[in-house]
Amino acid sequence: MEEVDVEPAVTNIPAASDGKHLGFAWGPGDILVYETLYKASGSGCSFIHEVRKDEDIYSPNLRKLFNESHHIFVGLQTIREDLPSKNKKPQFVSISKNYRSVIRACMEELQQVAEVATQYGNQVSILLAIELIWNLCEVLFIDAAPAGSLLLHLLDWVRLHKADVDEKAAEVLQSESPAEHHDYWDVVVSYVLQGRLEEARQMLVKQATLHPAARKMYKLMDTLLSKMPFYNPGGTQTLTEFDVKWRHWHGEVNRCLQDNSFASNQHLEIICKIIVGDEDTLLEHKELLSTWYHFLVTRLLFSHPTVKPTELHYYAQSCMTMFLDARSVPEPLDNILLAAFEFDIHQVIKECSIALNNWWFVAHLTDLLDHCKLLQSHNLHFGSNLREFLLLEYASGLFTHHSLWQLAVDYFDNCPEFGRVYLGLQIEHIPLDTERKALKVLRICEQRQMSEQVRSICKIMAMRALRNNRLGSALSWSIRAKDAAFATLISERFLQDYCTRGTFSDLDLIDNLGPAMLLSDRLTFLGKYREFHKLYGEKRFSEAAKLLLSLMTAKIAPRSFWMTLLTDALPLLEQKEVGHRAHDNMDKKRVLSSLKTSFELLLMQLSSTSSKC
Amino acid sequence: MFVARSIAADHKDLIHDVSYDFHGRRMATCSSDQSVKVWDKSENGEWHCTASWKTHSGSVWRVTWAHPEFGQVLASCSFDRTAAVWEEIVGESNDKQRGLSHWIKRTTLVDSRTSVTDVKFAPKHMGLMLTTCSADGVVRIYEAPDVMNLSQWSLQHEISCKLSCSCISWNPSSSRAHQPMFAVGSDDSNVTYSGKVQIYEYNENTRKYAKAETLMTVTDAVHDIAFAPNLGRSFHVLAIATKDVRIFKLVPMRKESASTGPTKLEVQIVAQFDNHNSQVWRVSWNITSTLLASSGDDGCVRLWKANYMDNWKCTGILKGDGSPLTGSSGQPTAMSTVVGSSVQTSQNALNGMSAGRIGKRAPFAPPLRQLTSPKTYQHPAYY
Repeated sequence: MEEVDVEPAVTNIPAASDGKHLGFAWGPGDILVYETLYKASGSGCSFIHEVRKDEDIYSPNLRKLFNESHHIFVGLQTIREDLPSKNKKPQFVSISKNYRSVIRACMEELQQVAEVATQYGNQVSILLAIELIWNLCEVLFIDAAPAGSLLLHLLDWVRLHKADVDEKAAEVLQSESPAEHHDYWDVVVSYVLQGRLEEARQMLVKQATLHPAARKMYKLMDTLLSKMPFYNPGGTQTLTEFDVKWRHWHGEVNRCLQDNSFASNQHLEIICKIIVGDEDTLLEHKELLSTWYHFLVTRLLFSHPTVKPTELHYYAQSCMTMFLDARSVPEPLDNILLAAFEFDIHQVIKECSIALNNWWFVAHLTDLLDHCKLLQSHNLHFGSNLREFLLLEYASGLFTHHSLWQLAVDYFDNCPEFGRVYLGLQIEHIPLDTERKALKVLRICEQRQMSEQVRSICKIMAMRALRNNRLGSALSWSIRAKDAAFATLISERFLQDYCTRGTFSDLDLIDNLGPAMLLSDRLTFLGKYREFHKLYGEKRFSEAAKLLLSLMTAKIAPRSFWMTLLTDALPLLEQKEVGHRAHDNMDKKRVLSSLKTSFELLLMQLSSTSSKC
Repeated sequence: MFVARSIAADHKDLIHDVSYDFHGRRMATCSSDQSVKVWDKSENGEWHCTASWKTHSGSVWRVTWAHPEFGQVLASCSFDRTAAVWEEIVGESNDKQRGLSHWIKRTTLVDSRTSVTDVKFAPKHMGLMLTTCSADGVVRIYEAPDVMNLSQWSLQHEISCKLSCSCISWNPSSSRAHQPMFAVGSDDSNVTYSGKVQIYEYNENTRKYAKAETLMTVTDAVHDIAFAPNLGRSFHVLAIATKDVRIFKLVPMRKESASTGPTKLEVQIVAQFDNHNSQVWRVSWNITSTLLASSGDDGCVRLWKANYMDNWKCTGILKGDGSPLTGSSGQPTAMSTVVGSSVQTSQNALNGMSAGRIGKRAPFAPPLRQLTSPKTYQHPAYY
């Protein structure tokens, strides 16, 4: 497999071209470029240019393509591996058809837009080409039609991509006198070239009625056309039997030609020559065939309908050579189709990768071919690497888009070797514009046990909240990040706030900390201290006192807070509660005396150190 | 590729460095005009300058963002022999309405006796650590132990490289499989020490950085150096800007159990490109390390990519077309954004069916348009 060498594309930047350097900086989806001079100074034209690689993901028209193909992709990955290939082929063909119908739908939508805005015309023609290639790949690789069916499939393929025949036919039929329309014979010949003999016959009837004198000739042609054998894959006839029958018919047509049966009518003569497979006649109708692959299929239809897949490339090459002028250079599309006819899957993929800017097509097609186990004929390792390589490229491209990145996640999930690390790396860079978006990103990381990414995202959000003085938000993010140090810091801030203002902010959050309280000592203290305030407020003084006592003795109270705690203890010490039960009072007495002791102890400690609230 | 947008940066002198922040929503530019500007990208993609201030008393060579886990923090380095750390202060509400923000200097690092040529933050898993390198051949690593107090930085390591240093790059890998590692490049013309790239690795026993490797094959002045992001590989990839673009693979070799020195690295050259014709000044990897960009004396930026067979090739060239944009905005903060036009061409690699050459085309396909300018072509607008 030879390396395809292409000259790199040059993008022009509106900047000086002489005597200056171009500086650059990588961004998430683009690269910034600016004029500069390394290791020098001097005035510069200080413009910074944002250069982007892929326009497609921003195209609203293609959004549907990306979304729906994502759906198909995910479905494809779930097909069970253990089923024998034989059973899976119809499924794969169906999936291939699904992809193609998505392309077609997108193309049709675009076509309507293209009528208004010409820049979309490009996209339409490229989608058309892609569908053409995919269809051929489906016929040759996925469906892998054997001799007999192969030609029928190819015929369908050509018919599908040459719709102008029907347009012209409609025009002719709608006219006053179809048989006299100037395009009439073009339509008839086009039908014949596409093997649509039934329709050709119906058209010819119209001509026959106009020329009763030549009735016998038209009858003969009609007979020949109606008797042309077409292979029936579902039938009982074997390929050999069909071949015999076809040769017999072919001989009959030839005899008519030799007999000059149609000599008096040049049109019928031409048709006769076509159906006998005369190459020169076929080539005289390049205009109607319009492509070398149409010529190929027509030629095979009328000269070798039992063509085997392995024989295709020989005919393809020769047809292309015959059809194209000596001067014309094959275009990339031609090379891709030729590679397909040669059953060189890797070459097809390679050529498509080069010709197309976006990885959508090659990524999805290669993935499907890999599932059909078609990429492993070369080398096992190689095959799966290629698939993953392309999927990673495609998904990475999606990742730079503000909403399509979510589709990319599924693609990474299905890349066993590098998917996870690529996802982990790129998901961190998603801008966390809103809490909602941050939570979305977090959920994805949490589902995949990407703990470092979870921690990092939460930390970033916590830091952002803290710098904007949104303490509650900062605290909840720190808790989610399981960042004890940061939680401590924020708890300190809360406590400082309380000192200055006398009230707590974000009561809801602190009241409902639950087990998260245990993340850091300071946080525990904060939670418990708030609890103390609640108890006090509810006049449950003995419980409040007990709590206060435990806060002091457990040593989780920060030094800076002791003064405040003592101040809080004072009213408790003076509290004269209406006695309920003696037991309660005893309890309370004990608590209060312990409080007093702690109070004294703390006072002593306070006097030996200086502390401020 | 195409120019999506052109931003009038309004620096009064050459721009030496442009740096995107981690999320790609902000950028910082620095210039010979001694100032740094910070730009914010709005939802519709427009860039607005939200801060512009004088940072040094000499040309500012590089500017870089700390990881957002540490808040909004910038570092700059300059010809004036200092590096500085800046933090954004959340301003008054009317400032926010006017789209302005304030940056204050948290610290100035004055240890260098010569121009500070590069400044980089270490990978975030190491904490908030800043590294500088200078023309005096010393690499300095500073740490801010308290992330909430950025005015306190302590000089943790001072490493003498014996050669004038031009660039540093940290290995971004946070894998526990290896110790922190950075590479230093030198543009010294000294021929006694011929290897111009040195790799240092942290040793947890000595708690110091020790030289692990010198790339002896790199004998010409090195202007830039960049470790590639590590995507689960067991080896390291390092790109070097010297008289050509070079990509090295550094494979850690198995440590003998008794060995306490730095990991032995096997050095292999993966690719070498001299398309820039002469000196290459900058190299840098994209986020996924699938693309390397380089900038050189030929006035171009080149993009390099490896295919799935690991063969490297140039996949794109960005080049000045000789007609720079003129004009500037009036106010320093207001800007004119010119939406660059992509060169509309029809020389597409895949232009519909090849049928166009002969006879009628399928109804959907548009008629072939002619090439407008034979020299300029690019990848098809769609695919």
